[in-house]
Amino acid sequence: MPKLTIDGKEIEVPSKTTIIQAAEKLGIVIPRYCYHPALPVSGNCRICMVEVEKQPKLQIACYTMVANGMIVKTNSPKVLEARKTVLEFLLVNHPLDCPVCDQAGECKLQDYYMEHGQYDSRLDDTKVKKEKKAFSIGPTVMLDQERCILCTRCVRFTDNITRTNEFGVFNRGDHSQLDVYPGKQLDNNYSGNVVDICPVGALTDKDFRFKCRVWYLDKTKSVCPGCSMGCNITVEWDKSRPHQDKKTRVMRLKPRVNPDVNDHWMCDTGRYDYHFIDKNRILTPQQGDNLISWDQAIDTMAQTIKPLKDSGHLNKIGILASAQLTNEDLFLIRKLFKDTLNGSQIDFRVPQSLGASDDFLLKADRNPNTAGADLILQPAEDADLRDIIQKARNGGLDILYVFGHDLVKLFGKNTVEEISKNVKLFIFQGSNVNETCGYAHLILPSAVYAEKDGTFINSQHRVQRIWPAFTPLGESKGDWEILSLLSAKIGAPISYPNSEEIFDDIASSLALFAEMSYEKIGDQGMMLWY
Amino acid sequence: MENPNEKRRQELEKYFDKKGPFVFLRVAQMKRAWQQKNRRELTWWESTYIPTVVSGIWLTSKHFFRNLTLHILHTVGLFKDIPASATYQYPEQPRPLAKRLRTRHRLMKREDGTPRCVACMMCETVCPARCIEITATEHPDPNVEKQPAEFILDLGKCVYCGFCVEVCPEDAIRMDTGKLDTSEYSRESMIYDKKRLMEE
Ligand code: SF4
Ligand code: SF4
Ligand code: SF4
Ligand code: SF4
Ligand code: FES
Repeated sequence: MPKLTIDGKEIEVPSKTTIIQAAEKLGIVIPRYCYHPALPVSGNCRICMVEVEKQPKLQIACYTMVANGMIVKTNSPKVLEARKTVLEFLLVNHPLDCPVCDQAGECKLQDYYMEHGQYDSRLDDTKVKKEKKAFSIGPTVMLDQERCILCTRCVRFTDNITRTNEFGVFNRGDHSQLDVYPGKQLDNNYSGNVVDICPVGALTDKDFRFKCRVWYLDKTKSVCPGCSMGCNITVEWDKSRPHQDKKTRVMRLKPRVNPDVNDHWMCDTGRYDYHFIDKNRILTPQQGDNLISWDQAIDTMAQTIKPLKDSGHLNKIGILASAQLTNEDLFLIRKLFKDTLNGSQIDFRVPQSLGASDDFLLKADRNPNTAGADLILQPAEDADLRDIIQKARNGGLDILYVFGHDLVKLFGKNTVEEISKNVKLFIFQGSNVNETCGYAHLILPSAVYAEKDGTFINSQHRVQRIWPAFTPLGESKGDWEILSLLSAKIGAPISYPNSEEIFDDIASSLALFAEMSYEKIGDQGMMLWY
Repeated sequence: MENPNEKRRQELEKYFDKKGPFVFLRVAQMKRAWQQKNRRELTWWESTYIPTVVSGIWLTSKHFFRNLTLHILHTVGLFKDIPASATYQYPEQPRPLAKRLRTRHRLMKREDGTPRCVACMMCETVCPARCIEITATEHPDPNVEKQPAEFILDLGKCVYCGFCVEVCPEDAIRMDTGKLDTSEYSRESMIYDKKRLMEE
């Protein structure tokens, strides 16, 4: 293993490591535009130049392999001068667009200019303009060729990661410009990622366009609830400036690096599926058309459940749990309806909700926690929601407690109408209004994933943590909190101060979770024991 | 002989020691009391207050009759160059303002009448009173790209610091209307929108 010195610090790295990677291990971040850890090296931007002793010229750190005894300087006067010059070239024809550029605030050109540029402009000529300003190149992305620094990150992404080859650099020399191939559109399901990797504001997101300035955003780590892959994401939200984007809180989702799950990427299906967090929410408990308080709602539930509990007719309770719930929520369902009210019918498996999938990230199962629900609820094999629905239709159930499922969409209007007639108490607990709400006797508002603390288990059986970004909207509550209130009213209290304690309880009662804790799961997740 | 000031100083020191750190707030009060105790005794004639009352009435009447006469003469168009009173006859006669005085804001327009503002939100970000609220939208001209769909400035909150003007990269917001009288009957009408900022 070669040993080298970078800025006076010694390090030993495997051979075939590049200087930029070796420096990163030492915590030295060398500026880069074209280098991206998940893409092949291109070495065209030259901002990463470093001085290597005994080499006459500066070397690019992203492509130069380390060698034994190498002495690298990343901050010598020569290097700083080179960076300044590279920046000067990059900015020769760069438009003064920062005020209208969505990238401003997270733009590498701005950052490096402030760090290494800071020169007085020597340009007397007017800047060369491209024919058109920002234009649409697909359903989700806008391109502004003037702002492009031709780092080709986006080209390499579509060539090597999605293999859809939409982008290319056309013409030569001073006339080179980035574009999509004629007649092509950037319309693959991973196109949002090119916005993330573009170091400048050449590729911007239509969904985020002009919505909010990036420096207003708060960031909370989370996991995408869009499918069972469980891509690690950051929820970027803004509460301090409510006038931005019509008082909605979440502005965008960005992928979060996790080499074992999604690496640097996420799919567009998940990326743009966040509008439900602020729109169309159920805000207060409702009984029929009346808004009621939580106390009244829980009382109503308890009054129906208690006689069943006392008389032992527990098989008249039907629970349609959901794989959208966190493990903590599911664990309370298990404790309340499997342990305390043993005999209730529980299932969560929807017969036909398989969506599109591909061989990269997107999975057909659009629930983030199917594995968790399976492990915690352990439903009977070869069964699904249909058995409980059938029973409810025939009047075999007194209580049907639905967690978020849109039964109208799944089973049709007639079925739900019948259920509503034949079941004594039809409870819908969910975050968003859907058609099923219209038939439910009791509607309970629950929090969405961005308002919850908890864990999901993805299809690789990795337990991953989500964090609450903000408090639940309106009067909605976390699902386990609602169940905990209910348990107290029916005389079998299950109470926890927070979801961490629930998880500790899961870890001590289920062998697969042995010795896990929130701390150990961290932000990169942890595999289940097998 | 004993120096009275020295004595006073010692008294004060003792006082400070006893009363702790916040006593300095009372120093001005004590100074006034000290002066009152040492003021000159009035003579008998002075203590009748007659001379003071008379001289006061004289001064007031002098200005009253002078101004009255001058105002009457002004209305018939005479002696216009001699001011009738020392005060500005606001609001008919506004006070001349310094050139760089920060007065009520306005939004500048482009030649086509659209706002020059590009909704970069620099002013919104820098505003210490948080009284600017901008929502952005597409500008019909792709070379401009962005413009404010709405630009709300709450003058009830504004502290007239002028940061918004200083930070604007487009010289789109200025505080040079010379208007100081933003008095309204309700707080809501102190909130200016884009239209009002561009027109008034
Ligand atoms: S890409 Fe960066 S430097 Fe260029 S206009 Fe946008 S924010 Fe400014
Ligand atoms: S659009 Fe962005 S990522 Fe693509 S080449 Fe230009 S600067 Fe690089
Ligand atoms: S003058 Fe100061 S307080 Fe008033 S709007 Fe401008 S920045 Fe805000
Ligand atoms: S700083 Fe100027 S251009 Fe930017 S939003 Fe404010 S007024 Fe508009
Ligand atoms: S980062 Fe090395 S040349 Fe671009």
